[in-house]
Amino acid sequence: MKEIYLDHAATTYLLPAVKKEMDKYWSKSYGNPSALYSQGIKVARDLAQARGRVAKILNCSSQEIVFVGSGTESDNLALQGVAKALPVGEIIVSAIEHHAVLDTAKYLETLGWQVKIAPVDKDGLIDVKKFSDLMTNQTALVSIMYANNEIGTIEPINDLVKIAKQKNPQIIFHTDACQVGPYLDLDVQRLGVDLLTLNGSKLYGPKGTGLLFIKKGTPIKPVIYGGGQEFGLRSGTENVPGIMGLVKALELSQGKKEAECARLTMLRDKLITGLQIAIKRVNLNGHRTKRLPNNINLTFEDIEGEAILLHLNERGIMASTGSACASHSLDVSHVLQAIGLPHELIHGSIRFTLGRRTSSRDIGKVIKVMPEIVAKLRAMSPVHIDRD
Amino acid sequence: MSKDKEVDLRDRQGRNWIYSDTVKEHFFHPRNLFAPGEEENYQADGVGYVGSPACGDMMKLWIKIDPQTEKIIDCKWQTFGCASAIASTSMLSVMVTENNGLTITQALELRAQDILERLGGLPNIKVHCSVLGDKALRAAINDYFKNTKQHGRIIIEGAKIVDKVLKVTDKDIEEAVLDGADTLEKVQAKTKVGTGDPSCLPEVEQLIKFYRDKYYN
Repeated sequence: MKEIYLDHAATTYLLPAVKKEMDKYWSKSYGNPSALYSQGIKVARDLAQARGRVAKILNCSSQEIVFVGSGTESDNLALQGVAKALPVGEIIVSAIEHHAVLDTAKYLETLGWQVKIAPVDKDGLIDVKKFSDLMTNQTALVSIMYANNEIGTIEPINDLVKIAKQKNPQIIFHTDACQVGPYLDLDVQRLGVDLLTLNGSKLYGPKGTGLLFIKKGTPIKPVIYGGGQEFGLRSGTENVPGIMGLVKALELSQGKKEAECARLTMLRDKLITGLQIAIKRVNLNGHRTKRLPNNINLTFEDIEGEAILLHLNERGIMASTGSACASHSLDVSHVLQAIGLPHELIHGSIRFTLGRRTSSRDIGKVIKVMPEIVAKLRAMSPVHIDRD
Repeated sequence: MSKDKEVDLRDRQGRNWIYSDTVKEHFFHPRNLFAPGEEENYQADGVGYVGSPACGDMMKLWIKIDPQTEKIIDCKWQTFGCASAIASTSMLSVMVTENNGLTITQALELRAQDILERLGGLPNIKVHCSVLGDKALRAAINDYFKNTKQHGRIIIEGAKIVDKVLKVTDKDIEEAVLDGADTLEKVQAKTKVGTGDPSCLPEVEQLIKFYRDKYYN
């Protein structure tokens, strides 16, 4: 059975060229970049050169890029690092942030920080008026994601930065851009942000890699102490193969973003329309157009997501759900709650996220099998949301 | 399963996420479903339901009872929920009708643990799904008593309902504590108590403390 992977927002495979790049640094150029012999110096040069390549894509300087061990670590460094460098104040995060941001903000609360949650509308867009009203002269840090991992809604980061800086130019603005690597503009000058998080494993690079852009002059302290690598902000011998892979993947995915956006937008819309035509009472979650080209999040009324996933898995199709039944905590998705979806609809939500290997045939297969699965589960469901 | 045995897939709370082959079998090939169109004309002697879609699980059970022998001669069901909820109800429907059916008395003795055993176990976090099945059955039997005017036989649960939406009783809390759940979180993982009716949580916490003290102190 052919496997159809539609969970690219969870993680991606390596592009062959990325693996090839990484292969050089395991047993051949393995030296520690801090060493003084030629092998180490060569690796240090490669690392510096790679940092420069990232700087070029982000339109910043090399010294503003810090490599870390994951997107989660990058979010933690951004929030905890800045909070450590500032007097206790207020932090604003959106209601639909990843747990890496939400739970770190919760931790800051234990240190005396006041956490304010910026609400979103039914499409997942930040409510600009409410966001603006949340800010006070105590607001020191804002963290709002570039695009959401569950519903794909793209936030107007540049507008939000402007609003925040107008209130107070000292406010530090962080954005988690983990989901947008292969699709959107990462120019930090145009975005206007002070901090930006990227993750290798969502853009066809290796897992266990990430980076944080830190605008020059931003007050920040390390979370991990030791040998002082990464400008003293992330100690620990550099994961050179990982970093080289991350940088290669970032270049390759950014280099192809226009073409991939166009191709995936077509496939995305084909899948949404195809399923909505083939099956009754299927609702799209997230914004219809201000949406990542690879994200489809649908609610299938009257049935539960984990059951759908198991049937899809039997047919070789991999996707994900916001249902509580599939989460270790039995909590439903906080993102779908934030856009106002009632629990019974959250339980029936399925996310398909497309990527490089997704073909038109794959989409056709999903459109073909989903009606059977939904019919089977609806036939055994006592719930009829439209009638109740 | 043989492969799973070689690897320890449990988390730090000792939980795992793997469904047994029996659960998968009943999920993919559920027994005793209505044939298309059958539901409308089905003459049930008792109907019981429990749960709500907002909580993630809802089950509805139809039973036919032979008034002479008091045996359950047919059982149909519908379930909104995950694989373990679907498999639990399917297994329940088999257990009450196999070998010419259980008598009402036998059916009322059926416990969630019996369903679990026949399923080859469920991941700990999904155990509550089997609890719901056995509640739906008792509700259907009560409905039969009501329909046949045997009001004296209606079982007013010796237990008191704590969560009005999910119909979780103090007895369920007691059983959960007996099964080793010693915190609200663990009791919720087993019973889902409070997900539909959070107002009962303070009472639940008191009950957990009470039973913990009773059995473990």
